Amino acid sequence: MKNNRITGAEGLIKSLLCEGVDLVFGYPGGAIISVYDKLYDYRDQLKHVLVRHEQGAIHAAQGYARITGRPGVVIVTSGPGAANVVTGLSDAIADSTPLVVITGQVASAYLGTDAFQETDVVAMTQQITKWSIQIRHADDIPDAVARAFYIASTGRPGPVVIDIAKDAQIGMMEWNHDVCNYIRSYNPDPDLSTDDVEDVARMINEAERPIIVSGHGVMISGAEDQLREVAERGNIPVASTLLGLSTLPTGHPLFTGMVGMHGNIAPNVALSRADLILAVGMRFDDRVTGDIHNFARQAHIVHVDIDNAELNKNVKVSKAIQADARKFLSALAPLIASRQRSPWFEMFKKFDKIEREEIIDSEVHPETGMMKMGEVINLVADKVGDDAVCVTDVGQNQMFAARYFKCRSPRAFISSGGLGTMGFGLPAAIGAKMGDSTRTVCLFVGDGGLQMTIQEFGTILQEHVDVKIILLNNNFLGNVRQWQELFFGGRFSQTPMINPDFVALAAAYGIKGEDVTDRCRLSDAVDRMLASDGSYLLNVAIDATDMIFPMVPSGDPGNRILLSQYKILNY
Amino acid sequence: MEQQLFTISIFSENTVGLLSQVSVIFTRRNINIESISASACSIPGLHKWTITAWSTREALEKLARQIEKCIDVVKVFVYDDDEIVYQEVALYKVATKLLLDEPHLEKVIRTHGARILDVTHDYTVIEKTGHYRETEALFNELKRYDIKQFVRSGRVTVTKSPQEFVTAYIASQAERRKRLVSNGKSDN
Repeated sequence: MKNNRITGAEGLIKSLLCEGVDLVFGYPGGAIISVYDKLYDYRDQLKHVLVRHEQGAIHAAQGYARITGRPGVVIVTSGPGAANVVTGLSDAIADSTPLVVITGQVASAYLGTDAFQETDVVAMTQQITKWSIQIRHADDIPDAVARAFYIASTGRPGPVVIDIAKDAQIGMMEWNHDVCNYIRSYNPDPDLSTDDVEDVARMINEAERPIIVSGHGVMISGAEDQLREVAERGNIPVASTLLGLSTLPTGHPLFTGMVGMHGNIAPNVALSRADLILAVGMRFDDRVTGDIHNFARQAHIVHVDIDNAELNKNVKVSKAIQADARKFLSALAPLIASRQRSPWFEMFKKFDKIEREEIIDSEVHPETGMMKMGEVINLVADKVGDDAVCVTDVGQNQMFAARYFKCRSPRAFISSGGLGTMGFGLPAAIGAKMGDSTRTVCLFVGDGGLQMTIQEFGTILQEHVDVKIILLNNNFLGNVRQWQELFFGGRFSQTPMINPDFVALAAAYGIKGEDVTDRCRLSDAVDRMLASDGSYLLNVAIDATDMIFPMVPSGDPGNRILLSQYKILNY
Repeated sequence: MEQQLFTISIFSENTVGLLSQVSVIFTRRNINIESISASACSIPGLHKWTITAWSTREALEKLARQIEKCIDVVKVFVYDDDEIVYQEVALYKVATKLLLDEPHLEKVIRTHGARILDVTHDYTVIEKTGHYRETEALFNELKRYDIKQFVRSGRVTVTKSPQEFVTAYIASQAERRKRLVSNGKSDN
């Protein structure tokens, strides 16, 4: 049977193919060169995207995973290659993003000797992955790959790392790949108790002022339809977390907006006045709750999450249910009775009106002064098709995009939520487009974040990826500037930026683009961008003094929202 | 909230690197591990670890759920001393010459329920099992014989609970596996 023996490197590629992988993001190097050599043989079946920096590879894989729901795959070399994906792993574990990251490693005999490009990848990544393993024998590769995909994509998804020593890559093996669906110490699909569902249904049906908070878990489990059914049957307002955006379309009558620090006023006020909060697939992050001791003091909270460790972690709840969001919402929907709850909806209308008059109107339709982020995002959102996807970087651009983009289809909002990684946007947008080429991908990014991973223009050039890049350029690190303005006496320490000619820079990579400095030229410029074939950079000059409001200041005792630098809403 | 000593029982697969993965979960929350012992348990392939730590039950229950997120960890339980039967073992190596001059040696050994494991010209090894304060009491008594070495193990424990939660979990997982196989979705 000697003829059936193949190298570990080839076994790895065959196993990836068995797991349905057709696209990987990566960067070659010495300790992974055997795998790249075999990739050459399989290039018709397994497309490899050559990024310009390993961080770009992992964020691109995150974008791919977030839009497709399937694990993104990354291949990098040992030492610096592996170290450069650490930020992305940390980002992916925070945002429950399935990734399979394959790192090369020095040969087994050199492990622990501080060999060239050796770093202890497993130790470095254990705390920021769902699972990480080192492979020293070719024979162990198929099982590790099968387990990796099972772990990454089930339960609460997350990144996994397979660190493969060089001798395991070149060693010979008898390849046999069995898909994994069982690990004794791991149960990703806990049983749902009928009693629990009936209890929750009763609590909802009795509630005068219920609200559903829909998180990323609803999207991950594909429970958008079930969420809508529960909300519509019971006439229950729905708010979402940042990563829960697009679980219910922005325009749905029951969608009340985003909760959290820069969320909408009405749902934030609603959390403090509700008598019942049904929180599904979210984790009560501090950016959502504000001061934890004053959070939702009137409400019974029902918390549904697949991750047992999230239940009663930040907020003590009345009822904690460990379950898959879709399974839970499917079981719940038929038990929900319709109620009018008119006074409750009046409250939303009242605060929506305040937000519109105090904040939104002047942000979205300013008549004088420099352009504002909100008006740009709002305009783009009005012009794109229903299937458009909004990818953001981190900072003001992200919060404005969350507030003013209009999600009309599922998985329409991709952003670095938990970790808040600047530089996430551009590579994530590339990955998202490669995950679903049928959708228009719009990236909203600041001048700071863009320059953190701007080298990925090279990936766009090489792969002809079509990403619409809306650069909200205020020549400042805007979000830090805002904090400096509000809380540090306007001392702009290290936030002003001297920037390059971004359009010329894009042009150097074959990306079309234009500067927009004048409001009256914005609409036509957006049209040209959306009509263009291939990527396009819109460098929009933004008012540096523009700030993102409303704002619940960090750790604020509650019942107080900043409407502007000088105006506070007490409720 | 006042801190007390709790016992954390971890059941896990026996895999490389799991110890560091678990210990960092303590470190991140600034909880110090007072003692630790780990070895194979009665369920084939599984290891049981027993860790003691000063903290509050709430903090340790959250920590336990985090530890359970490690893929190779099966279950984690937090107990106070009333919920378990526990034991430690201590070894004392003392100078034989001084011991032989002691008129009450027999009484010391007897009242502490200790035993002698090894005797040579130079040293004698005494073993004592018990709770911390009991092994500590014998330590204080033997101080005058020039204790050359002293070592105390981590705890080993069994629960007083009538239910065996780990056994039940393993059984439910076996059921799950059977269902997966009968659905034709598994062949491993």
